[in-house]
This record gives sequence, C-alpha cells and structure tokens, in this order.
Amino acid sequence: MENVIEVQNLVKKFGNFTAVDNISFEVHKGEIFGFLGANGAGKTTAMRMLCGLSYPTSGSGIVAGFDIRTQAEQVKRQIGYMSQRFSLYEDLTVLDNIELFGGIYGVSKREIAERSEQLLEKLQFTSEKNKRVKDLPQGWKQKLAFSVAVFHRPQIVFLDEPTGGVDPTTRRQFWEMILETAHNGITVFVTTHYMDEAEYCHRVSMMVDGHIEALDSPQNLKLKYHAASMGEVFDLIARGAKRSD
Amino acid sequence: MKEFIAFVKKEFLHIFRDVRTLLILIGMPVVLIMLFGFAISVEIRNVNVGILAPQHEVLIDRLANKIDASEYFTVAKWLTSDQEIDPLMKQGKVDVVLAFDNRFASRLYTKDGAQLGILVDASNPNIAASEAMYLMGIVQNYFQNNTQQQIKTGGLSTNVRMLYNPQLRSSYNFVPGIMGLILIIICALMTSVSIVREKETGTMEVLLVSPIKPIVIVFAKMIPYFVISCVVLLIIFVLSFTLLHVPMAGSLFWIVIISMLYVILALSIGLFISTIVDSQMVAALITAVVFMLPVLMLSGMLFPLESMPKFFQWISSIVPARWFIAAIRKLMIEGLAVQYVLKELAILAGMTLIILGVALKKFNDRLE
Repeated sequence: MENVIEVQNLVKKFGNFTAVDNISFEVHKGEIFGFLGANGAGKTTAMRMLCGLSYPTSGSGIVAGFDIRTQAEQVKRQIGYMSQRFSLYEDLTVLDNIELFGGIYGVSKREIAERSEQLLEKLQFTSEKNKRVKDLPQGWKQKLAFSVAVFHRPQIVFLDEPTGGVDPTTRRQFWEMILETAHNGITVFVTTHYMDEAEYCHRVSMMVDGHIEALDSPQNLKLKYHAASMGEVFDLIARGAKRSD
Repeated sequence: MKEFIAFVKKEFLHIFRDVRTLLILIGMPVVLIMLFGFAISVEIRNVNVGILAPQHEVLIDRLANKIDASEYFTVAKWLTSDQEIDPLMKQGKVDVVLAFDNRFASRLYTKDGAQLGILVDASNPNIAASEAMYLMGIVQNYFQNNTQQQIKTGGLSTNVRMLYNPQLRSSYNFVPGIMGLILIIICALMTSVSIVREKETGTMEVLLVSPIKPIVIVFAKMIPYFVISCVVLLIIFVLSFTLLHVPMAGSLFWIVIISMLYVILALSIGLFISTIVDSQMVAALITAVVFMLPVLMLSGMLFPLESMPKFFQWISSIVPARWFIAAIRKLMIEGLAVQYVLKELAILAGMTLIILGVALKKFNDRLE
C-alpha cells in the first residue's frame, strides 16, 4: 500500500519539555486517519510539524513525498488545512474567499472559475456566492471552509478538530463530505474530541503524553481492549496519562 | 508573483468592504486640516476698522492707508463723532475703532501729547485682545518711522511687547504635525490591527500553512496602506496649498521622499507592534499610547520643544514624528534646501532600518 505520510522517531522539545516523544507511524493514501489524544498529549505539535509549521528537534518525516525538515515549502503545496477555529475571511464574500485561496495555492484563473462554479453548484451555494461569509449560518461556513481547504486538490488534507462547536446534524453532514473526499483519493488526517467520530476513520492513533499508545482500525482496537465503543477504548488508554489540562 | 497579487487583492478587498473605516481614513486629514487651519486659528483676519477723526489730517490718512494695507485689517468706515460708534459696532460693521483727538497732528508736538483711543468689540475676548495688540503694533510702528520726536500715545505703549508672543504662529505651521499624526494612524495603527486581526480570527494559521511565504504576507498587508497614505498625502498637499496657502517653498521631490520614508517607518512600527501583541485591542492601545500620544505632545506639533524641560527634550528625540515634522517644516514652510534636513533624513532612515530589522526578526522568530 502506498504511504503519503511516513514518520520515524519524530521528537519535538520546547526547552526541557518533550511535547512529542519519539513517534513513528504511516498514513496510507486515500484513508481517513484519526489522530486522537487528550488535550496536551502533543497532537497539535505533531500536526504542526507535519504541515511544515514547526521544525522537528530530531527524527524524520516524509509528507506527500517531501521531507518536512528540508522541503517544507513543497510539503505546503501538497496539503490542505482547516483548523478548529473557523478560518475563512468573514468580511469577504463566498466567491472572494474561494478565489483568494485558489490564488494563494497557484490555481490558474480559468481553473478557479471552473471549479468554483462546480463547487457552488454542488454545495447549492450559487445564489449566495456574493454574500459575505459572516452572513452565512455556522454549518454552511464549516462546509465552505472544508471545500476551500481541498479546493486546490491537495494530496492530504489536515483537519484540526473541524467539528468543534457544531450541532450533531451538521457534524454528520460534514463527515459525509469527508468520506466523499477520501473516496476521491484525498487522504484525510483528522484530529477530533468526539469519540463517535473516530468510528468513521479507517485507522486511529491514540496519543498519550507525547507517545502513540495505540494505532489500529477502530474494530481491532475495540476487540483488543474489549470495549463496546471508541470512547471506552480511549478511556482505557488515557487512564495512564500524566499530562492533561 | 501570482500568489502575491491574489493576496494584495484580498487586502484591498478588506479595506474597500469596510467603507466606514476607509471614509474615516480619507476624511480625517480633511477634517483636521480644516480644524487647525480655520476653526482653531489663533490668528485674526479681516477685521473691520472704523476711524474716528474729527477732521481730515494727512498724518491720519497715511496711517489709515497703512492699516488698510495690512492683511489683518480693512478700514471700513470713517466716523466724525463718537455717537456713531455704538450703532456701527452693534451692526457688526466695525470691530475696532481708532479714535483720534481733535487736531491730532498738531497736538502731538505739544507738551501734553495727543490721545489715541482704541475701542474694541470684546464680545470674543481672545480675538479682541489680539486685535487691539495688532492694531497698536501698526500704530506704534507708524509713529516711530514717521516722526523724529518721541511721541506719547496715551499710555498704550506698555502693551506693545506682548505683540511678539508665540501665539502669532501661522495656522499652516500645523500641517507637518497633522501629516505626522495621520500617517502614524493609517500606517502603524491600521497595519498592526489588520495583522493581529488575522491572528485573532485564526486565518493567520491557514495562511502560514499555505505555500505563501510569511514575508510576502507582511508586505502584501503593507501595500494597501502605503497606497492610502499616498492618497492622503496628496489630499493634504492640495488642501494646504489651496486653502491654507502653505508656501510649499522647498523641493516637492524631497518633501515626497521624506514623507515616503516616514510612511515606511510607520508601517514598520505597525509590523513591530503586531509581532509583540495578540489582540487587536492591545495593538490599538499600544499604538495610541506609545506612538500617537508622543506625536501630539513631544514632537513639537502643538508645544514648542525648546520650552520643554531638558528631560522631555531627550525623550522627544526618539519620537520619529519629531524629526519628520522638523524636516517637513524646513522644506515646506521655510523653503530650505535639502542640505538643511540631512540630519533629520539620516535619523529617520536609521530608525526605519532598526525598527524594520527588529520587526522582521521578531516576526520570523514567532513562527518557530
């Protein structure tokens, strides 16, 4: 199976504090990879290193075929990113936002026009395209933010708690979009607090105190820990945690 | 490059979508120039003078011509008796009356001397005092130049010294100060708030994950405010030339160069502030207290630096606006050549290099 992310012995220290302690894992092409862990377990730090935002203290990582230590620039071109905080420009219109992020990622003008038309149609946003983003309902904003994150057709999209503060219906719709994206061959790397969402993932890693304690499919994890749900699995694994908020 | 253009376009969109802020930015210089130029004027203009002379005398006629020729006064009426004063003043036909004695000229040479009264409409006390002083100055000057003998002008002479008080400064002396203030507001305040806003809303994170280089983000942010500053400068120049009759005596080329340098300095200050704070509120406060207040108080815009205690004079020398204002005053109003502002130019350039250097270093450090 082809790997789009390969991480070996990755370490990140801030002074004496080891935020990410020697983690190694692979992510396969086209899978939905759940990156779970309690607050302070080191998920965000690990993810920032994979996105080329933070330089590893030691260890190596290949993302979309490029080295995160030496080729951060190229890595950034191959990935999409959506953070837990809503991250489009509220004072710009729907179309402005699409054009801006398309432009930043070097998508040509013609391509932008073509793809945004398709996108707006698919989302049934065509009539709202000249509305400012701040006037849209929260659920729509979230969908739009995700669509913008994959607009330039990245190999991998990183989602940092994308469903924080969203109602259950919207969350389900949102996950449908994620599943469809993965189906189209874009790898999804997602962190979440909601353990029911972990069930949607093909494979899940659980981070505790900077280590990866478990990594497998949700089925196998439940079997291994004799748990009925991912929530239970998480509780069992996280019990030994020393750091938390 | 394509990425850069997409980004600059977005920055312009932010500004144009926020029409109110844009109008404030463009309208502020106009309002400030009007305020300082006209409303807060400490000068007197177009004062109507009545001359009460019982008979026509050559001496009085010549004095009247001299008064009429000054830019502050117009001789509006000739009166022959003091009964006429009250109605004319009440109608607003005259603001000041100069009342000569009977047979004024010949009395000048007698032992008792001649009496000259100045009657002022004192409904606005500040203006009245200035009017009386200005008029006395002209009268005094006239008699000193036109008569050999010492002449008493009825005890008025004690006030003459006050004529040369600093209040006589022209309104257009404020123009360089207004430029110093407005450019700090547009460049430093707007830039820092706009960068910090991206941190606050989380869009900065998304930008940093994108392939666009951080340094490009920063420069793209500065460009729209640079353009707006140029527009505002143009407005200030046109207004001060046409409305305030600022001489614009020096080289316009160097005035523009120094203004551009100051704009870049202010933009660097904005960038610097944005690297040390995380909320728009703090950014605005810091700009206001640390950078705008000194422009008002310590730059020589409102209060002359020379009359400040030594301590404040030292502090003022680290206020960028002080050097900018001094340079622009010399070039724009005094009409000096660029050789006389080399010191200011060097200091501004040095400050720009240091602040921009520190800001860029801090900006890069923050990313790690």
